[in-house]
Amino acid sequence: MLPQIFFAYFAVVITVLSILVITRKNPVHSVIWMLVLFVHIAALYIFLNAEFLAAIQIIVYAGAILVLFLFVIMLLNLKKEEQERKFHGYWPLGVLAGTFFIVFFILILSKISVFPKLGPYSIQAIQSEGSIMTIGKVLYTDYILPFEIASIVLLVAIIGAVVLAKKRIE
Amino acid sequence: MDIPDIAITLLKVVITVNVVLLHVAYAVWCERKVIGHMQARLGPMVVGPHGLLQPIADFVKLFFKEDVIPTNADKPVFFIAPVIGVIAALSSLAVIPLWENFSIANLNIGILYILALSSVGAYGIILAGWASNSKYAFLGGLRSSAQVISYEIAMGLSLVGVMMLAGSANLSDIVNAQAKYPFILVQPIAFFVFLMSVIAETNRPPFDLPEAEAELVAGYFSEYSGMRFGLFFMAEYAAMFVMSAMVVVCFLGGWNGPEFWIFSHVPKIVWFLLKVYGLMFLYFWLRATLPRYRYDQLMGIGWKIFIPLALANIVITGIIKLL
Repeated sequence: MLPQIFFAYFAVVITVLSILVITRKNPVHSVIWMLVLFVHIAALYIFLNAEFLAAIQIIVYAGAILVLFLFVIMLLNLKKEEQERKFHGYWPLGVLAGTFFIVFFILILSKISVFPKLGPYSIQAIQSEGSIMTIGKVLYTDYILPFEIASIVLLVAIIGAVVLAKKRIE
Repeated sequence: MDIPDIAITLLKVVITVNVVLLHVAYAVWCERKVIGHMQARLGPMVVGPHGLLQPIADFVKLFFKEDVIPTNADKPVFFIAPVIGVIAALSSLAVIPLWENFSIANLNIGILYILALSSVGAYGIILAGWASNSKYAFLGGLRSSAQVISYEIAMGLSLVGVMMLAGSANLSDIVNAQAKYPFILVQPIAFFVFLMSVIAETNRPPFDLPEAEAELVAGYFSEYSGMRFGLFFMAEYAAMFVMSAMVVVCFLGGWNGPEFWIFSHVPKIVWFLLKVYGLMFLYFWLRATLPRYRYDQLMGIGWKIFIPLALANIVITGIIKLL
């Protein structure tokens, strides 16, 4: 019973927070609600026994990406954009797409009756050697190619940022 | 987890938080005394013998002061900003092993938990600067967030070497791995980088750019008064205490002490606290000795020296571990 209550709490709060994020007039308030949202998502990961993912969620998303968001928002002068209607004209389209996907997912989920077989990484297996070691082993053996591709993509982004910054000086 | 377990955990939480807050109060007194004597002054002398009751007087004064809120400040954000800082600093205490088998939560991701909370702590500073609706506070907040993000990278990278040696991110395991010798002997570069990054991360001199008095009044908390100002103070000193404890746990052998003669009868917590006090003294010593860095120098040191050093340390540790 307790797990269901926990999950219900997080599901409801995450939904409410997501709505709060997109409905705030002041972008800084949006970012603060997003921070609370990220903490709840991290809690959901802990709930799934993925403590490493939870820590990474906070360090990367809350600690780095969201702070950069906040930085950019604070340095831009958003007073003018706030009053303009050009950002608010698309909501009927959004509602339409949203309803479509909700119906779509409910239809799919109601059709699923067979659950896939459990893989080798059960909760006991992960707890016996720790989630960090498990993820590390899998990343560097089975998923080495996607892992390397991701790192190259990030490297390209870093080089791109350096090139853009250099142009200014010349 | 049944009810007795929860009660014991709660008791541990209450004891740890209270002991640390007492330490925070007397760290302020100690800092004023140490810096006073280093500058050939006496420091606080009036309240109690040698000013020993000064923290209590300060607390009472801060508590009863008028709480001034600037006009056009964003009130809800202004209110929660100092609380975020305090909560982030005090929650970090949960995973720190004070002595054998005593940590409130023995997490397998202890190091990552501390790093995550220290990055959340940055929000208190940046939001305080923004919500105050003041140029000085805003500039202080921006500076501080840039500084904290930059030094967090060096901090995290310098701990990777420790994790590689201990084979775990659990803080108790890391201390147990140092039973024979502390990691400072095998990870001197990581120790240096971590110690300096920690000083920058907690916004302490010589890296206290966010609150550079000469340029920014008091930086991000210029507009705060009364108990809210006190909360920022508490957050800063609690963060110093937590980070000193991290240095002790990761590099100085945690609760392990010398094991010969009468030293083996000393309780383990004494060794832990002695090392923490030594590091706190280092904080005060640096503040009394060194002038403040310039902002571009600070960012330059962080990105061009500490991060490459920490990366080189990881590579070297990896190669030595392979051999």
